[in-house]
Amino acid sequence: MKTFTYRTATDAEGGLEPGATFLAGGTNLVDLMKLGVATPDVLVDVTRLGLDEVSERPGGGLRIGAGVRNSDLAAHPLVRRDFPVLSQALLAGASGQLRNMATTGGNLLQRTRCRYFMDPTKPCNKHAPGTGCPAREGDHRNLAVLGGSEHCIATHPSDMAVAMVALDAVVNTSQRAIPVSDLYRLPGDDPSRDTVLEHGELITSVDLPVLKGKSAYRKVRDRASYAFAVSSVAAAVTVADGRVTDVRLAFGAVAPKPWRALIAEEALRGQPATRESFLAAADAELAAAEPLRDNAFKIPLVRNLVASVLEGLTS
Amino acid sequence: MTATAHRAVGQPLPRVEGPDKVTGTAKYAAEYQVGDDVAYAWVVQSPVPRGRLVDVQVDPLLDVIAVLWHGNAPRLADGDDPELAVLQSDQISYRGQAVALVVARTLEAARRGAQELSLTIEKEPHDAVLRTDHPDLYTPSVVNPSFPSETSAGDVSVAAPVTVDVTYTTPALHNNPMEPHATTAVWSGDDLILYDSNQHPAGVAATVGALFGLEPEQVHVVTEHVGGGFGSKGTARPNAVLAAMAARVTGHPVKLALPRQALFSMVGHRTPTIQRVRLGATADGVLTVIDHEAYSQSSRLLEFAEQTAVATRHMYAAPNRRTGHRLTRLDMPTPRWMRAPGEAPGMVALECAMDELAVALDMDPIELRVRNEPTVDPDSGKPFTSRHYVECLRRGADRFGWVNRNPRPRQRREGDWWIGTGVAGATYPTMAQPSTARVRDLGEDHFEVAIAAADLGTGARTILTQIAADALGVPVTRVRLRIGDSTLPKASVAGGSSGSASWGWAVTGACRSLRETGQSEVVFDSTEIVGRQEKEGKHAFGAHFAEVRVDAVTGEVRVSRLFGMYACGRILNPRTARSQFIGGMTMGMGMALFEEGVLDPAMGEWVNHDLAEYHIPAHADIESIEAEWLDEEDSAVNPMGSKGIGEIGIVGSPAAILNAVWHATGVRIRDLPARLDKILPFL
Repeated sequence: MKTFTYRTATDAEGGLEPGATFLAGGTNLVDLMKLGVATPDVLVDVTRLGLDEVSERPGGGLRIGAGVRNSDLAAHPLVRRDFPVLSQALLAGASGQLRNMATTGGNLLQRTRCRYFMDPTKPCNKHAPGTGCPAREGDHRNLAVLGGSEHCIATHPSDMAVAMVALDAVVNTSQRAIPVSDLYRLPGDDPSRDTVLEHGELITSVDLPVLKGKSAYRKVRDRASYAFAVSSVAAAVTVADGRVTDVRLAFGAVAPKPWRALIAEEALRGQPATRESFLAAADAELAAAEPLRDNAFKIPLVRNLVASVLEGLTS
Repeated sequence: MTATAHRAVGQPLPRVEGPDKVTGTAKYAAEYQVGDDVAYAWVVQSPVPRGRLVDVQVDPLLDVIAVLWHGNAPRLADGDDPELAVLQSDQISYRGQAVALVVARTLEAARRGAQELSLTIEKEPHDAVLRTDHPDLYTPSVVNPSFPSETSAGDVSVAAPVTVDVTYTTPALHNNPMEPHATTAVWSGDDLILYDSNQHPAGVAATVGALFGLEPEQVHVVTEHVGGGFGSKGTARPNAVLAAMAARVTGHPVKLALPRQALFSMVGHRTPTIQRVRLGATADGVLTVIDHEAYSQSSRLLEFAEQTAVATRHMYAAPNRRTGHRLTRLDMPTPRWMRAPGEAPGMVALECAMDELAVALDMDPIELRVRNEPTVDPDSGKPFTSRHYVECLRRGADRFGWVNRNPRPRQRREGDWWIGTGVAGATYPTMAQPSTARVRDLGEDHFEVAIAAADLGTGARTILTQIAADALGVPVTRVRLRIGDSTLPKASVAGGSSGSASWGWAVTGACRSLRETGQSEVVFDSTEIVGRQEKEGKHAFGAHFAEVRVDAVTGEVRVSRLFGMYACGRILNPRTARSQFIGGMTMGMGMALFEEGVLDPAMGEWVNHDLAEYHIPAHADIESIEAEWLDEEDSAVNPMGSKGIGEIGIVGSPAAILNAVWHATGVRIRDLPARLDKILPFL
């Protein structure tokens, strides 16, 4: 483990010297440091900045401090009442112990668990740009079918972020406000950068606009708990007179970022709230999928999930 | 002297070391305080599967005490296990092999040093994939430990009215004890103390001592507590040799605990298998043909030939029978023993094939098994000392609720869940090895019993206390048991489900002798009496039942109920026995549904090498899991009348789950594990 220095941040203004990185719950960063994947010179602890409040916003919606722990956010009465999709997503992630440590900002910024990225003795365009992507030929069962590139097919591992994407959440940083959908970048020819954040830019809070309609999160995984998603769907939907008037859909574990299914949403608006409509919408979104040898199953899986979750919300 | 009136054996005595463990005072190998000058070692593992390590460059700015590799490591004496000839050669035999060792004053500095080391390697082409048409396949002369590779009777090519001919594959599985393989090594002059996590302290002392040219009395191995082994700690592992070497070279006491990732390559695993099973039967379900051929792999370093098809030799009667093993050597890590080696993967193929045959016959799978119950051991022709397989099936069926089961698949649906049930048999050989125990009368009706056994968390220490108390005719509180130390009287390995029988035999002998002779100290060596025993016809049996539900939307499998009924002789302690049974069954669930070393052939490595990516069952996966047993009397096996119970729970339980998946969905999974992506396309 590379030697580093540690200090606590004294304000939320952001800004870091080269080689420094922010530390929140540390549930991902510390692992990566032990493995030698992350090698910061300086850790700046942001957990003592008081960014741990959940508050109602004037005019509705919530502001979630970046330091709010996942377990606290999942249990928050307003989150449970008004944003069940978010509470469900949080509780579907990690383990109780990890959720007690992990923060809202840190969860958004966790790195892929692609098995090549996690091992610095292996090539990986994300941890060692230009070394190649062995996952395309090797192990990619749980990697991306949407949004990948020839250089990287990593998936973003967060459950919480999938719900936030569906909720049109906005990330406030030390410098600006960014819709959470725009926080993440696709790998293209530079997989090393997961997000649009600049060095030293600090996430301070996340805003959730008022949610109308019912919402839910469903996660599929290889065992009953303590596993990253194989696929997941976050959905919020409003139906009037048997027709879909508003719908928000996001997919997890199928793309390098939490995948907002805008094509499916567009296809569904105004349509009858029926299984046929849901399947057609899913198909429209998944038409762009580019599966590899071992991950094509995610396409019918997500298709089934979309129909099942929307049926559950509209029946 | 009221031993029979207040027997300790058979009572659910809590683990005697339980309070030490739950309060954190129990010490494990890496936790001993051995002085302020302790150093830490970190293993550098080969990043390539095959080649030569030409040079190692050390950045002089690195904060390390020593970097050892074959270019500077002290020479070891020749030994039996090439895996222990660490840092002796430039040859790289698999990815993950130890090629260098970094020693530093802190764990972090050692790890950093290992990450920063510059290795010059001449890489060579490698071969990592087991296949049935591999040109290097051969028939090993014996399979573990010393069974003939092939057995044959009659003619398996005869035609049969009803047949199944199926191939099952199981992936590499990894033992993953909670406590990693760890050693603290301390030299005192030419004497060596190893605090080491293993299943056989005396064996580790002898092996490591020989490599360093030491006399047996110069090596002291302390193994007070072990956080699991599942076979992977049965012999000395490279960590013990590396720690001793590092301590020798640096003059510091050295701690070496392998990181989780290294456990996937350096300490052994269960070989992948490809198994073809052919069964032939008459129309009324009498087996006429049993043919089981198993393919497995070993490393370039040594031949490890898993006895995959051996259990099949003892399960069912049939006039025409054949078993065989084929092995190939690959540029992959060396497989070793993992809980029920041979039986666990072999009984997946046999017991799933039996289920397939029952379907082909349109016969209840329990009735098919009952119909083919042998009267003698089909392999040796000798009688079983006891065999209550049919009773386990029948009684288990009653307890599980098998009656009126619709045999057809895909019949029961609740919401999105397809629901089904499955059954499979279980067996495990009953063994005992020579051991020696010592008992001392400490006065005032207190006794010390000593034997160099290891308690892997199974309850061995507790059971031996009960056995000794009964043999001495005193309450368990009067017995102080000492184990986990190579300097105590010599004990056999904690393996092959034979610990309680082997050690209990010696403890019983010593304690009875002390009572009979009136001496204040007795040492009893069971070598002669154990050596006289008939080895054949001694097996435990059981039956596993599973109810699963499969999500029609996602293909996810959940095990609603898992039930085991066993006939394993006398159960010495129902509390620890239940733990052993359901622990094995849980591991069987992992084998059926989750566990898989995912091979990247180009890397020559299992790439999911941590417990986040290599899935074992989590608590939420266990819904209802129960074990029961018959009161089986068998005075022929050993003085306690006990059979080994540590492994039988993983034998057959995977097949019961897979058979239940078929019954729920009509999808027959023959390539383990039964992941959702293999099931979903057929739902």
